[in-house]
Order: sequence, then structure tokens, then C-alpha cells
Amino acid sequence: MLNEHAKLLAFFKQTGEIVGRKKLQKMIYIAKKIDLPFHEKYQFHMFGPYSEELTLRMEEMSQLDFISEVKEKKAGYQQYRYELADKGEEFLGMTGYEFPEVTRVLQEMNGQSAKFLELVSTVLYFEELSKEDVTNKVFKLKAKQNYTEEDIDEAYAYIARLRESMNEGEV
Amino acid sequence: MTKKLTEQKSEEGVTPAMERQDGKLEEEKVFKDPVHRYIHVRDELIWELIGTKEFQRLRRIRQLGTTFLTFHGAEHTRFNHSLGVYEVMRRMVENLEKKGAWDEEERLVCLASALLHDVGHGPFSHSFEKVFHMDHEKWTREIILGDTEINQVLRQMSPDVPEKVADVIAKTYDNKLLVSLISSQIDADRMDYLLRDAFYTGVSYGQFDMERILRVMRPEEDQAVFKHSGMHAVEDYIMSRYQMYWQVYFHPVTRSAEVILSKILHRARELLAENYPFKITPIHFKSMFNGEVTLKDYLKLDESIILYYFQAWEEEDDPILSDLCQRFMNRRLFKYVECNPSKQMLIWPELQQLFKKIGLNPDYYLVIDSSSDLPYDFYRPGEKDERLPIHLLMPDGRLRELSRESDVVEAISGKKRTDHKLYFPEDFLSDQTTFAKEKQKILSLLTNQEG
Repeated sequence: MLNEHAKLLAFFKQTGEIVGRKKLQKMIYIAKKIDLPFHEKYQFHMFGPYSEELTLRMEEMSQLDFISEVKEKKAGYQQYRYELADKGEEFLGMTGYEFPEVTRVLQEMNGQSAKFLELVSTVLYFEELSKEDVTNKVFKLKAKQNYTEEDIDEAYAYIARLRESMNEGEV
Repeated sequence: MTKKLTEQKSEEGVTPAMERQDGKLEEEKVFKDPVHRYIHVRDELIWELIGTKEFQRLRRIRQLGTTFLTFHGAEHTRFNHSLGVYEVMRRMVENLEKKGAWDEEERLVCLASALLHDVGHGPFSHSFEKVFHMDHEKWTREIILGDTEINQVLRQMSPDVPEKVADVIAKTYDNKLLVSLISSQIDADRMDYLLRDAFYTGVSYGQFDMERILRVMRPEEDQAVFKHSGMHAVEDYIMSRYQMYWQVYFHPVTRSAEVILSKILHRARELLAENYPFKITPIHFKSMFNGEVTLKDYLKLDESIILYYFQAWEEEDDPILSDLCQRFMNRRLFKYVECNPSKQMLIWPELQQLFKKIGLNPDYYLVIDSSSDLPYDFYRPGEKDERLPIHLLMPDGRLRELSRESDVVEAISGKKRTDHKLYFPEDFLSDQTTFAKEKQKILSLLTNQEG
């Protein structure tokens, strides 16, 4: 029953609170790319990979009180905080859905900035290209973010660490 | 390019074209179209792309998948829609050219991208993508870059054109304005499908003044924006999107057909994995079921092939596959009740047990369908750094997000937009010649939750 919803609830159980919709979008994309069992459809948008399906699923879970969504006013824009709610935890228990235990990886990811995760997800989006081509794509498509070559190296190193952790089961 | 061009069949009785050095057809081609009246083709490149076998395949794929089972007029195809998107884009470019010069190659890349944006769609692609975790965007890219007639035609213009077209469609092209014309919150794709789907389904809502929207469109660095004086035309477009969402795309009967279609695919995959002896070997499905689909295999799939198998599977010995196919082919769809998953979870184990007791596999006959399972979306202004919203160009030159200026858009942007429906075979449950007590209990559990 509602397996895709249950996966997200299990994800929040491991990450703890996530601040910002952009960060959430990028975290799920990265999780999908490191073979965690997410199937939300992503497309490339102005700010990197984005899933309307995920946005709507979050809206559903917020309306069901499975996820608590707190809206905050920031300078000139709204920011959202998401957390697993009691009702969501109860639902997760009822479904019996078992999500891989990757708390350490996910919490470390949650500790990264949204801007860095945007870069990581963009690199992953183009990962079939050479590093040189990916770098050119990042500079062209993300000109306003002013990423440096060092940032891109760091993104590659982070992706390698993530995959290593997943392969070795150090999660 | 021109040899093939002169051999091509003409549409609507227009005479074949003659070669010209500037890549233009000697005579303009026109397609009669019920939505845009005429679709005009003057560029050789576009004419040749339309004639490729990969583009012609779109004639055999309906634009709205299973919607024809709800609205019988909805038989239009991805071919019609793709030509329509091209025509909207042609008019957009024509208008924007008046505001500033366009590079000729960039113009053709833009028109080709509009025409080809859906070329990777397969039959009933929404269900197929869900069940087999496929992605039509990936196929679009492969068709444009791979060993295909489309690739050959594009390469004749210049070797880097296929890559450019694929990047525009994937939204990873560096000219963001151009990308936004094909894919944004208000783009050629959506404008065509809203008008076209309204026309073919026969619904009276869904109309808006596209000509006016195109006239008030102004190019900015990252996207097209709209003059404030044209706000009401944009409001109408947003209302159309809202109405079509609830009345057509989200229709519960169409969703029932999609549920059954998905379950047929699941069942066939399961049987194939168990080496079930199909009466007719489903060769077209084999590579898909084992996750090794080649481009050649993929291009062979269209709705005629899929419906052929569904008809054949009506005669299969497996009772689930046979029943689901009969339901789909003969429109004996599942009924539904509104469902609140947080209440549903309390009775779910009992329902599952009862279904098993009466001999119905709940994995196939008790299905929750949620709004997030559908591929359509509403307009939403979004958070900072999310999707780019629609912007109005104010008289003083500032840009303002649409819902901050329009009360109508603000009102519908904040509404509850989600739902969950529980689908089940009411006909089986109403037949109480066997398991009467259990079936009554199931019906009582299902209907009581609707409140």
C-alpha cells in the first residue's frame, strides 16, 4: 500500500528534519542515483534535477499529516522545513516497508548545503559525459551559482565517497 | 537532403517540393489542423523530419493514452500534437523575431526541437514507464543521437545539430530562453496539448486566447515573460490548465483504465519470469521484461502491437491475465471509492485477508491510485530556487511572479490538489452466489470509508 510514500517516510526517519524544498529534491535525486529504491521521475530544470512527482507526493503526505511541513519567511522568499510526523511513523509501521539502513550516509548528505547538493546532483545528471564536458556544462548551465573547479572536484570526491560507502555497506 | 525530399508523399494534395539552396521548400506545405487551422512548413529540414519513420510512428500512439475509454473523441495522436507544438513554436519565433534578430541555425534547432520533443514516447507510455522504470526522455535522446533517419536528417544540416536538439529537449541547452519556449510553466507544448485535448475530448472548458499570449510574450535572458497588459490571457491559460486537470487528465474512469493496464503489465512480467507457457510468445515484451531493450526493439512498439497482445491474452489460461485483459478490451473497468490512506491503513490487513479468502489476489484487485501517480501538474509559484514561475513584465520594467499580481491565479494556486482513490472489481463483489458474507463485509468496509 502506497509503497512510494512509505519509502519517503522511511527516508525521513533516517535523515531527520530537512530544511528547504531544493535540498529535499536534490537529496532524493542523489539517493536514487546511488541505487536507493526511489522511482520519482526527474527532469532537468533551471536549478538542476527536479521532480514534480516528488513535489506532489510531499504535498499528499503533508495533507495526510504524515509529514510535518513548516513554512518560514526568509528575506524575500518562503522556506519549508520537513519532518516525519507521528501519523507518518504509524503508517510506516503498518505498511511494514523495509528501507535499507543508510542513516549515516543520509545524515551526512543532509549536513551539506543545498548549493553543494545542487552541484552534486547536476554532476550526477551528466555523469555519462567526461569530467571536462561536465565541467563545461556546469559553468554554462550554472553560471549564476559561480561554482569553481575546486567545487566540482569536491562534488566528484563526494560522489566517490558515497558510492564507496554504499558498496562497502558502511552506511 | 533534397533527393529524399522530392520522393516524399505530399500531404493534403500539395505538390512535391523543388530543391533550393537556402534550405527552404519551393512551395510552402500546409497540414490542415482542427486546432490551429493550418500548420505551415517552409523549411526543408522540418519537412524531412516529418517524413522519417521514427516520426511517422507517432501516428500509432495516442496522445492521451487510455482517455479514449472515458472521452470517446480522444483518439488524437502524438503525431498531431507534435505538429501542433511545432506550429505554436513557429508562430512564437515569428513574433519574437520582430523583437530582435535570431540566428538562422538557432531558429531551426528551436523548430526541430519542438517537432521532436515527444518522439521518444512509447505506447501508453505513462503506465509502461511506471511498471518498467523507463524514461521516454532517454528514448527521445537515443532516437535523435542514434542510428535513425531522424539523426541522418539532422546531421545533414550540421554534425552538431542532433546534440543541440537533444539538449534543448532535455533542457540542458545553454540558451535558456529557447529551452523555456518548449518547456516551462507556459510553453509551446502545454499550449498545444491543452487546446488539442480540449478539442478532441469535446469538453467546453480548456480554451484560452493563444494568439494574445503570443503577442504579449517578451524575450528575457532566461525565459519569455508576458506584458502585464496581457495578464488576463495568461490567467485564462492557467484556468484552462486547472480545469483540464480535474475534468480530463485526472478523470477517475481514465485512472481506472490506467490501473488495469499497469496490472496487466505487472502480471505478464510475473508470468514471463515464471516461464509461464504463453499461447503466443510475447516477443515484443521480452527485452522489456528483462530490462535490455534496444532502440530497435523500442521503435517496434506501438499501440497496435500492445492491443494485439491484450486481445490474445484474453484467451490465456492464467485467470488474472485473462480477466484483466478482458476488462481493458471490453471496458469493464474497476469501480472506486475515495480513500484516506491514514484511515485506510486501519482496515487494510482485514481487506487483504477477505480478498484472499474469496479468491481474489489483492495485489491485482485492490489498488490505491494517488494524484502523484499522474504525469500532469498545476501551476505553482514555488519556493525560491525551485521551478521557474511565470513572470509578468510590469510597466516600470520590473518582473513580478504571476500569482502576486493575479487574484484568480493566487486563489487556485493555494487549493488542495491531492487525492487517493481505491479501485476494486465491484462486479465480482456484487455477485454473491459464492462467499456472500465475505463480499458483503468487503463492500461494507469499502463504502463506509467514503464517509
